[in-house]
Amino acid sequence: MSGLNVGDQVPELRVTPDKYLPHRYAGASGDFNPIHIDDEFAKAVGLPRNILHGLYSMGLVAKANAALAGGDPRALKRLSVQMRGMGFPEQEIVVSGTVKSVEGDRAVVDTVAAQGETQIIKNAEAEIEL
Amino acid sequence: MALKTDAVGKEWPSTTYQVGREKIREYANALGIDNPVHFDVAAARAAGFRDVVAPPMFAVVYSSPAMAPAMFDPDVAMNFAAMVHGGQQFEWDEPACSGDEITTTARCVSIEEKDGKGFYVFETDSVNQDGAKVARGTWTLIVRGV
Repeated sequence: MSGLNVGDQVPELRVTPDKYLPHRYAGASGDFNPIHIDDEFAKAVGLPRNILHGLYSMGLVAKANAALAGGDPRALKRLSVQMRGMGFPEQEIVVSGTVKSVEGDRAVVDTVAAQGETQIIKNAEAEIEL
Repeated sequence: MALKTDAVGKEWPSTTYQVGREKIREYANALGIDNPVHFDVAAARAAGFRDVVAPPMFAVVYSSPAMAPAMFDPDVAMNFAAMVHGGQQFEWDEPACSGDEITTTARCVSIEEKDGKGFYVFETDSVNQDGAKVARGTWTLIVRGV
């Protein structure tokens, strides 16, 4: 793959998870916590509705960084994120990021996943091997 | 109230996960990842993999079973009603491919109170059938109002 430079942008990823995405992700991941798949349960415990799995949103951040690295799944060596805001189905997620540093064959990329003004994945730092 | 910290340093019995093609495809489909190396054996082999390769974040699929006994351990005594998954890190080494048997061990790294919240940090180490490191996970679970 070609080299990355400081300031290069992660190809912007826009995804609107449909109503049943949390169910498919639950099946794929094995995480059937009812706050993700049961709207009534989620409301009963004080949430506005059922919420996205944080690790699904982190998966989208990984996907965007893999795209920056030319799609090779071996290129992503480390990904560290904070999950603070709640993500919801049927709202667009925008993943964006910038190459922060390049040293030798490793690039460090700052990435964010947001729904509107809410950062659902923040302070995401990816390390990519060039 | 002081946080119970008895579990710091504790390690739980490992779990083993058999990686399969259909599970990789199901995960990639849920994330909308369409790279053929996750679906097609010939494409994966042409790219240098033993078999269909998992996307990096498939690490949650093979490593989270090892986290369950840790989270539910009475020594950890976590209040689930007030718990959120606040942070996650993975570091990857050898790719996980269909046919791999991945063994994961979880341990508790720290339990600390900050700003009235409990921060529970666990690490998982995953190795494949050849003993090669596949991934290390750092899981930060935050409990409000401790």
